[in-house]
Amino acid sequence: MRANRTLEIGTGLFVLLGFAALLFLTTQLPASGVKFGAPKAGYHVSAEFDNVGDLKVGAPVTMAGVHVGEVEGIRFDSKDYKAVVSLRIDLRYNQIPEDSFASIETQGLLGGKYVGISPGGLDSYLKDGGRIDQTQSAIVLESLINKFFANYSSKGGGDSQGKAADNQSKAESKK
Amino acid sequence: MIAAVGNGFILEGVRQLGSVAIFLVRLLGECVPALRRPRLIVHQIYNAGARSLIIIMLSGLFVGMVLGLQGYELLQRFGSVEALGTAAALGLLKELAPVVTALLFAGRAGTALTSEIGLMRATDQLTAMEIMAVDPLRHVAAPRFLGGLLAMPLLAAIFSVVGLYGAQLIGVQLMGVDKGVFWSQMQGSVGLRDVTEGMVKSVVFGIACSLIAVHEGYHAEPTAAGVGLATTRTVVASSVITLLLDYVLTAAFL
Repeated sequence: MRANRTLEIGTGLFVLLGFAALLFLTTQLPASGVKFGAPKAGYHVSAEFDNVGDLKVGAPVTMAGVHVGEVEGIRFDSKDYKAVVSLRIDLRYNQIPEDSFASIETQGLLGGKYVGISPGGLDSYLKDGGRIDQTQSAIVLESLINKFFANYSSKGGGDSQGKAADNQSKAESKK
Repeated sequence: MIAAVGNGFILEGVRQLGSVAIFLVRLLGECVPALRRPRLIVHQIYNAGARSLIIIMLSGLFVGMVLGLQGYELLQRFGSVEALGTAAALGLLKELAPVVTALLFAGRAGTALTSEIGLMRATDQLTAMEIMAVDPLRHVAAPRFLGGLLAMPLLAAIFSVVGLYGAQLIGVQLMGVDKGVFWSQMQGSVGLRDVTEGMVKSVVFGIACSLIAVHEGYHAEPTAAGVGLATTRTVVASSVITLLLDYVLTAAFL
């Protein structure tokens, strides 16, 4: 009887562990929005972007390349057609100027997107529930290439590529 | 003469295949009645599953760690170490977890099944059961088959999860990939489909490996050498069939 009990407990543990693993794989791996574990400490700041590209929840927020927090949520604001990104920033980085600038950048050539914050000059700092007003959207590579070729063909196409690139940069600077 | 030997060889292979197929059908017929004795099945889940847990978790951890190391090495060349989480998760879920689990299962649980049933055969226990009008297929073979079948997907899932943490251990803690990136890239590109693919694979491998192990034991030559031979054949056949089925299933899922 005693041996039977250990056997049943062992089997029960095994089955429990197996189903826990299955649950983890099915809910945690595909981004389903079900999250286990306590939310991490930090304060929350939002920023509006025209285009977030393929920024994902959980992507890092960096300042000068140092990880200071992460993207906590991305939603679409149907009033002014912008993407509202909420950021969670670690409590120890509580001296980020209010007029800081947030941009969406790309890690490496194939890497994912992340949010980079460059500090502004004000003496007042961002607080919980604050907003970053100045933002720059993700650079969509395809539209950049499109712009480049549109520019290139409108110049007659006889130009060398170098010249076209030159024109492009001139056009950019005029803007 | 060579042709005759060749013919004999081929004929033997076909006979084996037929024997396994008939055995499978008979076994499946006995599976439903066997469900009425859940205690026997629980016992076999314990033998095949719970007692394989340590070896599965240990192997999963190391496979995951190697994946983290190799993946980092490879992705670093293209400057995209952020994809490490995705690479590790897809590799583990779709290939490594089902296949390595099946191979370990064949070595750890399959051999035990074959030699146990083979020894029952050699010591005439199976014959004795038949004389007492107890169907050994129902009381010996079917619970073991079901136990292995049920244990395999659970073992593979545990292998995947442990492997992921192994990969994270190396990638994030040792190599310095950002933890948030590691998980968010993974969650962004791994779909439920990938999880399903891995699970379907491990169910199929579970059927194949348990079937081979039980069949070999049941039809082992009733001698010491025969049982040894049957055990060897279990490992060889299970491994080869697993890898072959893996290719077929991968192609089917594409």
